[in-house]
Amino acid sequence: MSPAQLYVAQRLSAAVLAPLVLIHLGLIVYAIQDGLSAAEILSRTRGNLTWAVFYSIFVIAAAIHGAIGLRAIVSESLAWSRAWLNTAMYGAAVFLSALGMRAVAAVVL
Amino acid sequence: MKQGDKLAVRIWKGGADGGYTEFEAPLRANQTVLDVVTWIQRNRDPGLAYRFACRVGMCGSCAMTVNGKPRWTCRTHVSKVTQDSRLTIGPLRNLPIVKDLVCDMTVFFDKWQNARGRFQGRATRYDDIERIAPDTPARKAADAGIECINCAVCYAACDVVAWKPDYLGPAALNRAWTLQNDIRDTAQAERLAAVAGDAGCHSCHSQQGCTAHCPKSLNPTAAIAGLKRSVFQAVLRGEV
Repeated sequence: MSPAQLYVAQRLSAAVLAPLVLIHLGLIVYAIQDGLSAAEILSRTRGNLTWAVFYSIFVIAAAIHGAIGLRAIVSESLAWSRAWLNTAMYGAAVFLSALGMRAVAAVVL
Repeated sequence: MKQGDKLAVRIWKGGADGGYTEFEAPLRANQTVLDVVTWIQRNRDPGLAYRFACRVGMCGSCAMTVNGKPRWTCRTHVSKVTQDSRLTIGPLRNLPIVKDLVCDMTVFFDKWQNARGRFQGRATRYDDIERIAPDTPARKAADAGIECINCAVCYAACDVVAWKPDYLGPAALNRAWTLQNDIRDTAQAERLAAVAGDAGCHSCHSQQGCTAHCPKSLNPTAAIAGLKRSVFQAVLRGEV
């Protein structure tokens, strides 16, 4: 992807993340306030397609947004070539996606 | 202030490995930083190298770092920048030092070219002068940044340039934005491609150091934001 396309991808992923983060934070507050136990939370999320889709989108958007942001930080801090920057960025995106999807699988499967 | 009061002035001497030398200069009721440098060069250190031309804020050649901030020295009054009669004057940041207070501006102007900061028209000498409506949004956007005097104060103030030396910098991008809004210019697609690379407008963090220090009160950050919007739209249209 070109730097301009990366910029667009980062802005669009931010637009996706903004409402998801607010819903996620609201959910945490709701779960804590309501005193739900871990077992009660899991009983609501397991097999629930809505939460599976919600958090899968969350993970993918965060992986895209974070990986592009890390690329920008590294490009300003280290004199890496563009090829190395892009390799590291794709690596970070895959790594963050794998970690996130593993967590999603743990609560919805 | 009374007759005979002195200024304690530290001035950078030498190249990148140089250091500050202390001088004493008369403190006057109405003097600019450039006046002080000139007095020292004429009365204390004839070998002191510095650059100036117009002395009235038009040519953009006398910018230096004054008490830690980049400034145009011909229009900076000493009373504005020091309360304790002490001045520290150095060369601009982010540019190679030639000698003392003189920087090599080559990279700064090369970046103007890299950002396609030159007008490319379609009219010939045989055409009439084009009439430009002054109240269109595009012309207003161009006019907002057109008074740049190429002093490199914004370039020296920019942290992104310090971190990422390839970054085109605020002055070149501001120039590119004024040309993108010039309806007579014919190189808009090429210019947009030139500023859409890794060293282009997307590297800007919108810290606004350029805007805070611009002696002409221009807003390069807004110009760069305009370029970002244009590139964003061009990407969605598949043009970049």
